[in-house]
Amino acid sequence: MSDAREAVLARVRQALGPSPTVPEVPREYRVAAAGDPGGAVERFCERVAEYRATVTRAERGEVEGALARICRERGTRRAVLAPGAPWRLDGVETVADDALSPGDLDLLDAVVTGCALAIAETGTIVLDGSPRCGRRAITLVPDHHLCVVGAQQVVAGVPEAIAVLHEAATARRPITLVSGPSATSDIELRRVEGVHGPRVLDVIVEG
Amino acid sequence: MTNQGFPAAARRDLADSQLRRNIANATSTIRAKRAKVVAELPDWQQLRDAGAAIKARALATLPEQLERLERSVTDAGGNVHWARDGAEANAIVAEIARDRGRRELIKVKSLATDEIGMNEALEAHGIHAIETDLAELIVQLSDDRPSHILVPAIHRNRAEIRALFERTIAEGRTLSEEPEALAEEARRYLRDRFLSVPLAVSGANFGVAETGTVCVVESEGNGRFCITLPETLVTVMGIEKVLPEWRDLEVMLQLLPRSSTGERMNPYTSPWTGVREGDGPREFHLILLDAGRTDVLADEVGRQALRCIRCSACLNVCPVYSRTGGHAYESVYPGPIGAILTPQLQGLDQAPTLPWASSLCGACYEVCPVKIDIPQVLVHLRGRAVREGAAGGAGERRLFGLLARVFNSRRLYEGAQRAARLGRGPLMRLPFGPLSGWTEMRDLPEPPAQSFRDWWRARP
Repeated sequence: MSDAREAVLARVRQALGPSPTVPEVPREYRVAAAGDPGGAVERFCERVAEYRATVTRAERGEVEGALARICRERGTRRAVLAPGAPWRLDGVETVADDALSPGDLDLLDAVVTGCALAIAETGTIVLDGSPRCGRRAITLVPDHHLCVVGAQQVVAGVPEAIAVLHEAATARRPITLVSGPSATSDIELRRVEGVHGPRVLDVIVEG
Repeated sequence: MTNQGFPAAARRDLADSQLRRNIANATSTIRAKRAKVVAELPDWQQLRDAGAAIKARALATLPEQLERLERSVTDAGGNVHWARDGAEANAIVAEIARDRGRRELIKVKSLATDEIGMNEALEAHGIHAIETDLAELIVQLSDDRPSHILVPAIHRNRAEIRALFERTIAEGRTLSEEPEALAEEARRYLRDRFLSVPLAVSGANFGVAETGTVCVVESEGNGRFCITLPETLVTVMGIEKVLPEWRDLEVMLQLLPRSSTGERMNPYTSPWTGVREGDGPREFHLILLDAGRTDVLADEVGRQALRCIRCSACLNVCPVYSRTGGHAYESVYPGPIGAILTPQLQGLDQAPTLPWASSLCGACYEVCPVKIDIPQVLVHLRGRAVREGAAGGAGERRLFGLLARVFNSRRLYEGAQRAARLGRGPLMRLPFGPLSGWTEMRDLPEPPAQSFRDWWRARP
């Protein structure tokens, strides 16, 4: 195998020649967040909803009530909670993620997590493998994902989010950017929500 | 299937009116969606400039970036393999499967593995690869070939897909032809496999040298299943997919979804870094694939094709692609990008007609998120094809040789002008000969009754 390594690297060097021109990267696109956190939250809610996810606004400290109401409306009986998620679920049997197998997860109705941050411009929630978000399988197998986003976690655009996530990447935590429920447009480009990933996404914005 | 060249293949597919309707409908829909979300960003051109420079920089420093990537992936607990060609890459995957006793694996859509014919190669080793992307599943079940980079089954309509599913995966049930019902059927069919198959193969949209992070961009969640639940994950990545810095993702993750599906962001983007205890596969293998990419890199004009991030925006705007569809390009990479990538990856002699599969209108360059000047490369490859004799072109060379002699000599030039005047009228359409096809659709310019030179000499 090391033969192949040396061969490929030698071919690359030969193809480039002795002194290839290395261009500088002009970064004149928007990076700095305009200081308008309120506007960012509004925009985030609007754009998440456009993906046909459901957005619920909750006052600070009223997240548990919102979660309970959504679970009641959707008929949720059993849910797994991310290990670092601080909320209690009234009226729902809560299962701790004690290395649940994919088969175990498949029998649950829902998963409740927080997030690492959220992106206003694209309506994206970001999970980063931290205790609030849980490991990736719990937000993948159950068909319904309830994600709590703190208003202060909403950043304006993609560059701000990538800057924050540098820490997670260097700590080797797996990251998932979620923009709406899973979807396909493979049949006549007609968008169908819900293929393999969670078909229902409830985003609860706190504060 | 043997290649017949673009002109013949295009003629064949243009005769299929169902195909033309499907393709026209699909390309115009995505075109409109893309235009809308691109117009939303006031800094789109700055993002394109940055995207082009990031990829050009990665290519100019490729040996360093590949070694950095290898080191950071290894540090994060992954295994890095190198493959000179497709056969080597396929052999590595087959060996990983065999060593673990696997006869089956799940796969997330990957152009690189399509390019190297991985499914067929694995089948020869008795290993069955299950495609999990809905469109790739449709293509696989119908023993067909993809016709679009992003929506490989763009050439099939719902009635055809319903008939296919009823024949193959529905176990005797009757299905509705609503896209919702068909997607549900794919979910039912694949669910057990996602939960139980312990080996997966993916491609990679990006590999970040700085952090060792590999990134898959998708919509359905099949990618998340493949990279999360199996014990062993093998990712095949073309060497041109490397990005030097983590920060480069802030540009690419804006350019790609808007150019590709016309969304602000695709449903799922998954950047993972090596192996993480208790979360995801216990074993991660990254195969760095050359397979002709270094040949492309050696061509100073043509190498910009390696900047491609496989968004397929150029297909949807192309007046040629949106009529012929993808199969006429006889390659995994169709459309304008395919017309410059395929002849370079496989050799011009393998695809000599593709550089002509374009009207050079330039729409592809306008939409390219990494500013690949596709028309420039097309013209460059046409020149190479003629010089290297790959395109035939002996007659054309003789013709231009003759023209050069005529233009070099006053006597011959004025003689030719007189001869052209004799042909006024009756010869406006050439009835036969190699140029008759040209005048079938166009009028020859009519030579004036008196040339400037004659007028100059005759003036009082």
